[in-house]
Amino acid sequence: MTDPATKSPHPGAEPESFVFDPESDAVIDKILKKYPPHRQASAVLPLLDLAQRQMKRQTGSAWVPRVAMDAIAARLGMPPIRVYEVATFYFMFNTRPVGKWHLQVCTTTPCWLRGSDAVVETCKRVTGIRHFGETSADGLFTMNEVECLGACVNAPILQVDDDFYEDMDAATTEKLLDALRRDAPPPPGSMIGRQASAPEGGPITLTTLDFAAGSAPQGGE
Amino acid sequence: MLNDKDRIFTNLYGLHDWRLAGARARGDWDGTAAILARGRDAIIEDIKASGLRGRGGAGFPTGMKWSFMPKQSDGRPSYLVVNADESEPGTCKDRDIIRHDPHKLIEGCLIASFAMGAHAAYIYIRGEFYNEARHLQAAIDEAYEAGLIGPNACGSGWDFDLYLHRGAGAYICGEETALLESLEGKKGMPRLKPPFPAAVGLYGCPTTVNNVESIAVAPTILRRGAAWFSALGRPKNAGTKVFCISGHVNTPCNVEEELGIPLRELIDRYAGGVRGGWDNLLAVIPGGSSVPVLPKEICDTVLMDFDSLREVKSGLGTAAVIVMDKSTDIIKAIARLSHFYKHESCGQCTPCREGTGWMMRVMDRLVAGRAESEEIDILEQVTRQVEGHTICALGDAAAWPIQGLIRHFRPEIEARIAAFKTRDLKMAAE
Amino acid sequence: MAKVTVDGIEVEVPNGASVLQAAELAGKEIPRFCYHDRLSVAGNCRMCLVEVEKSPKPVASCAFPVADGMVVKTDSPMVRQARRGVMEFLLINHPLDCPICDQGGECDLQDQSMGYGMDHSRYRENKRAVRDKNLGPLVKTVMTRCIQCTRCVRFASEIAGVPELGATARGENMEIGTYVERALSSELSGNLIDICPVGALTSKPYAFIARSWELKKTDSIDVFDAVGCNIRIDARGPEVLRILPRLNEDVNEEWLGDKSRFAVDGLKRRRLDRPWVRKDGKLVPASWREAFTAIADQVTARDPARIGAIAGDLCDAESMLALKDLMAALGSPNLDCRQDGARLDATRRDFYVFNTTIAGIEDADAILIIGANPRREAPVLNARIRKRWLAGEIGIAAIGTPAELTYPVEWLGNSPQILAELRRGDLPFAKMLREAKRPMIILGQGALRRADGSSVLVAAWALAAECGALSADWHGFNVLHNAAARVGALDLGFLPGAGGKDVTGMMQGGADLLWLLAADEIDMAQIGADTFVVYQGHHGDRGAARADVILPGAAYTEKSGTYVNTEGRVQRGEFAIFPPGEAREDWRILRAFAEVLGHRLPYDDLTALRQRLAAVAPVFGRIDDLPRRGAVDLTPPVGDPEALGTEPFVPAVMNYYQTDPISRASPTMAACTATYYPSIAEAAE
Repeated sequence: MTDPATKSPHPGAEPESFVFDPESDAVIDKILKKYPPHRQASAVLPLLDLAQRQMKRQTGSAWVPRVAMDAIAARLGMPPIRVYEVATFYFMFNTRPVGKWHLQVCTTTPCWLRGSDAVVETCKRVTGIRHFGETSADGLFTMNEVECLGACVNAPILQVDDDFYEDMDAATTEKLLDALRRDAPPPPGSMIGRQASAPEGGPITLTTLDFAAGSAPQGGE
Repeated sequence: MLNDKDRIFTNLYGLHDWRLAGARARGDWDGTAAILARGRDAIIEDIKASGLRGRGGAGFPTGMKWSFMPKQSDGRPSYLVVNADESEPGTCKDRDIIRHDPHKLIEGCLIASFAMGAHAAYIYIRGEFYNEARHLQAAIDEAYEAGLIGPNACGSGWDFDLYLHRGAGAYICGEETALLESLEGKKGMPRLKPPFPAAVGLYGCPTTVNNVESIAVAPTILRRGAAWFSALGRPKNAGTKVFCISGHVNTPCNVEEELGIPLRELIDRYAGGVRGGWDNLLAVIPGGSSVPVLPKEICDTVLMDFDSLREVKSGLGTAAVIVMDKSTDIIKAIARLSHFYKHESCGQCTPCREGTGWMMRVMDRLVAGRAESEEIDILEQVTRQVEGHTICALGDAAAWPIQGLIRHFRPEIEARIAAFKTRDLKMAAE
Repeated sequence: MAKVTVDGIEVEVPNGASVLQAAELAGKEIPRFCYHDRLSVAGNCRMCLVEVEKSPKPVASCAFPVADGMVVKTDSPMVRQARRGVMEFLLINHPLDCPICDQGGECDLQDQSMGYGMDHSRYRENKRAVRDKNLGPLVKTVMTRCIQCTRCVRFASEIAGVPELGATARGENMEIGTYVERALSSELSGNLIDICPVGALTSKPYAFIARSWELKKTDSIDVFDAVGCNIRIDARGPEVLRILPRLNEDVNEEWLGDKSRFAVDGLKRRRLDRPWVRKDGKLVPASWREAFTAIADQVTARDPARIGAIAGDLCDAESMLALKDLMAALGSPNLDCRQDGARLDATRRDFYVFNTTIAGIEDADAILIIGANPRREAPVLNARIRKRWLAGEIGIAAIGTPAELTYPVEWLGNSPQILAELRRGDLPFAKMLREAKRPMIILGQGALRRADGSSVLVAAWALAAECGALSADWHGFNVLHNAAARVGALDLGFLPGAGGKDVTGMMQGGADLLWLLAADEIDMAQIGADTFVVYQGHHGDRGAARADVILPGAAYTEKSGTYVNTEGRVQRGEFAIFPPGEAREDWRILRAFAEVLGHRLPYDDLTALRQRLAAVAPVFGRIDDLPRRGAVDLTPPVGDPEALGTEPFVPAVMNYYQTDPISRASPTMAACTATYYPSIAEAAE
C-alpha cells in the first residue's frame, strides 16, 4: 500500500533524502557496539545527534529533517513514529533549520538573577532577532531560550553550538557575537577569566595541596 | 572549615591535569584491585558504614541501594547506570567532577559495578555537556588502554565495560526511570513503580542508578575508610559534599565542604558573602530549584544537611544554593522556575502535564499582580492537587517552590495584587 | 492468591493482579481513562487513584500490584479529592464543546466528570488548542479534545500491529498523531473510535449524523467476512446509521474490522427496492405478480435437470434452506454455494471449518498459513493471531504471497509443492511444526479455489496429522473462509445433489434457468447467453445486471438470520430495519414463489423454518454454543495428496475494502480504496 497523502511537517525545507555519509558511518559502527544485540534502539539519540551534525557539515545548518529520522528508523529497525517521538521530545534536536551559529541563552532563575536579560537583549539588538526561535535575516544566528545548562555558578551562560560561554554580560555578549560574525569564536569558558567554578579572584580551597611532589593525600591504608 | 586534606575532589577547579597521569598523582586508581579483593559484601558494608547518602537529591543511603541488587543472577545481567544528567537549576557540581576529576568517577563505576555484580555500566550525561563528555570519553579510553577497565579490570579478574551515553536536552531524564527509558532509545517518560529498577531496570535487567558524585566519592571512602568519612559532617548526614553557590553573592563558586556547615558560613566564607552584605539577603533556595525557598530569618541559622533542611520544610536536594538579595523580584524568580517545570514536564501524566501549565500561567499573572487575592489560595490548592498525584517527582518539584513562596512571601504577592488594582483604578479614573 | 480488603470487603485475587482488578472483584467502580483491559498499562491519566493503607500518597490502582493483606479504600476523602483534582486537570484544557461533539452522550469524560468532578471551573487562563490530524477517511480527529491517555497509540501498536501513531513533542505540547499526516494503514482503525474515551477520535462518515440516544440498537452478526463478528446495528427510522462491535470473547473480543463498521453507507445505495423483469432486452419495473409469473413460465417450460441455483456469500441460512427446498420441490439437484469454486469437502464438518476456534489460536504454539492473507480476509481473526504472537514462544510461517500481516512470518515460498517439502521434513519449519505441542494449520480459500484444491486440502490434512495437529484434545486443522454464508451453506448441504452440477457445470449454458441468491461473485460472462437468470438480492450489482428477473430481497440488517462462521459457530442476527420499498425477507420470497408453482414449503414462519433447519443439520439447534473439540477421526478428505500443482497461490482478497455488493456500493469504502489501494482505484475508473 502506498499513500500519496504523505506530507512533510516542514514543506520546503525538507530535503528529498538523507544518507549517512562515510564520516558518520564510521561513528555509527562505534556507537552500535555500546549496546547489546537487539537493543540497538538505544542508539537513537546518538544517531539523531550524528544526523544533526552531518546536516551542519553538509548544509551549514544543524537540524534533523524527517528523512533523516526515517533513515535512522531503518538503520535501527524501529518504526519511524518512534523516532519522530524521540526527535520531538528532546530539546536539542532542531526539527527545522537553524542559523550558522545557534545561540542558546539560559534564562532560568540562577542565570536570570545574574543578568541573563541583558544577554538576551544584547543578542536581539546585535542580531536583529525579535523572538526566541527566530533566525537572523542574514542567516547567521538563531537564538533560543534554553533551560538551566548546569553551569550556574558561572551564570549567566550563553551556549553557542556545543560551547558554553560563561560569566556573560552585555559587553562580553556583544564582543562574542562580533567574533562569531568574523568566524573567530573565542575559546569557551569564563569570559572574565575565572578559573572554572572557582570564585573570582582565585581558589580559596585546594590551595595547600602539591601533587607534583607526590604528596597525594589519599594514599591507601 | 574542612581541611584540604579531607577534600575528595582535589581537582575541582581543574587546576591540575585531569588525565590519567594527573589522576594517579592525586591518588586515584591506587590499590583498586585490593579494594575489589575485599569482596562485594565488604564493599557494600563499608559504604553503608560510611553513612554516604545519595548526592543526587533524594539522599537515600547509597550502600543500602547497592545491597538491593540480586546477589545471584537469574540469567539476566546487572547494570550500573550513572546519572550525569545534571540539570536541576542551580546545580553544576557533576560537571566539575566529570571535566576535572573523571577518573574518580570511572574508578567509582568499576568498584560500584563490582559490588553489585555488574559487568557493564552506562554513564548518562546530559547532551549539553558536550565538552565535558569529551573529557570523560577520553578518560574512559585511557582507562581501557591502561587495563584499569575492560577485561580483567585492574588485574582484579573482574571484566568491566563502561559506556558513555549522551542525552539530548530533557531535564526529566534525571529521574532514574526516565533516564532508563531514554537510554533504551525512548522518550524520557518515567516508569510506573513498582517494579523498581533493582528488579526491572535497564533492558529489563536489575539496575542501580546512582548520581555522579555518589559514585565518584566511593573509591576515596573505601581507601580512607568508612570511619574517616562518617566522622565528617553530622550524624546521619555524613561526609563532604560539593556545594554550588549561585545568584546574588559576590563570588559564586563550587566548593567541597562538610555536610552540616551553616548556610551563612558557606556563603560568607566561600562565595564572598551576599551582595550588599548579609542584611541585604532576601531568601535562599538551598538545594536546587525543586526545594522550597527559605526567607532570611531561617537562613541566618540553618545548617546545610538533609535533616536540618527538612526540619525547615525545605531540603538539601543537590546542595545548590541559589541566593537572592533584596533587589530580587521573588515572585518572578519563582515564576521563572514554574516556566522551567512546565517546559520540562514530559507530558505523560495528567496532573503534571496540565498542572505545570496552569501554575505557570497563574504565577505569570501574580508577577504582574493581575489576579484576585483568592487566587493565591487556589494556586496553593492546585500545587496540592499536583503534589503526590503524579508518576514521578517532577510534579512535586514543580509544586514545592510555589508552596515555599506562598508560605514565606504571601504578603508580597498580596501587595502586588493590590498595587495592580490601584493602578487599574487610577487608569480607569483618568 | 492474595487476600485484599477493599472498602471492608475481603476478596481473594491472584498474585500479580492489580489493585484495580481487586476493586472490581469487590464490586467497586474505579473511574479510569487510560486503562483498558486489552492494552498495556500506561498509568498516565491518574483517574484511578485509590488509597492503600500505609502508603502516604494515593496510588494508581491500574498499575499497582496487590499484596497479601493489603487494605484499599476507594471512597475515602483522600481518594475523592484526588479524583476531583485529576478531573479538574483533565477539563481545564478540554473544550467542553459537548453540544457539538459526536461523543456526547457516550463519553467517558462527560460521564466521569458528572460522577467525580466539580460543578465549576477555577481555571481562568486560555485553553489550549491543538491542530487536528489526518488519520485517513475513517477516523475524524478533534485533537483539542484529546486527554493524552495514549489508548489509541497503544491500540495501534499492540492490537492493530501498525505502530504508526505516537505522541510527539512533550509536556502540554504533547500531541497524538502520525507526525507525517498519513492515513493509518490498519483494517482495524475504527476501533480507535471506540477506545478513545473522549471525542478526539470519532467516526468521520458518521460525523454530525445522530445522537446516541436517538438510535434504536439491535444485536446482530457481521457478514462482511466469515468471522461472524458480533455487532450492534444502530438505526434511526428506516436508516442504519452505524455499526458497532459487540463483546464476544470467543469471536471478536470487542473489535470490528473497518469494512464491517463503515460499509454501512452502502446499504442505502444501489438498492433493489422493487421487482424488475427484462422485456425486449431491457429491465423494466414490474409487480411481484408479474415477476413471479415470468419466472414460473420459464420454470414450467424447462427440464428440472437444467435448472440451477447458486447461493451468494452474504446469505442467511434460512433463505438458503428455502431455496434448497424449492429446488428439491422442482426436482433439481443443481445447487452450489461455492461461487469461487473452492474445492471444499463437505462430507465431514471438520474438513471445512476452523476447528481450533478463534479463541483456540491463543493456545497454539506454531502456525502455518497456507494460501491466505488473514489480515485482509479476516482482520479480527488476524488480530487474534497477533495477540498470540505477542504472548511469545510461537513460530509462524506461511505459504503464499508475502504480505505484512502485523506479526513476523517466515515466508516459505509460494507453491503447493512447499506442502510436500514440509511433509518430507525438508524445511526447518517442518521441525518446528512437529515439535510443537499444539500446531495449527490455516488453509485459506486462495489455496482451495484452484484445480489442485482438493490435493492441497488433503495434503494439508496429512501434514496436520503427521505433525501432531490432530489429537484427541487438539484439532489444529483449519479452513479460513471469507464468505459469511459459506459454512452454513455447507452445513445445510447447499451443494450439488446426486448427479447435480456445481457452479462450473452450470456455466456456459450448463443450465437453462439459474437462480442467483445474492450471488454476485461469479463471472457473469460465463453464464450461457440463453440461460434465464433470476437474481434475488438486495443490491444492483453484477448479478442484477445479468438478470432477466430481479426479486428484491433484504440485506443482513433487514432480516433475522442465522449465520455460521468459519469456526462452525451458529449465530443469529436480529432484524433492525425494514427492507426498502417492495423488497422482502428472502425466505418469504422463496416460499411465496413456491406457492405460485403449487409447492408448499413446510414452514409458515421463522420458528417453523428454524425447526426445519435444525432437522436438516442439528448444528443449527445450538446457537453460539461451540465446544472446543479434538480430532476423533483421522480419515483424510477425498483427494490425491501427490497431485499438487506448481502454480503459485493467488490471494483470495485483493482489496479488503470492496468484496461484495454492499461494500462496492459504499462511498466510504470507495474512499478507502482510493487511499489504501490507489492502483486498484485507478484501474476501476
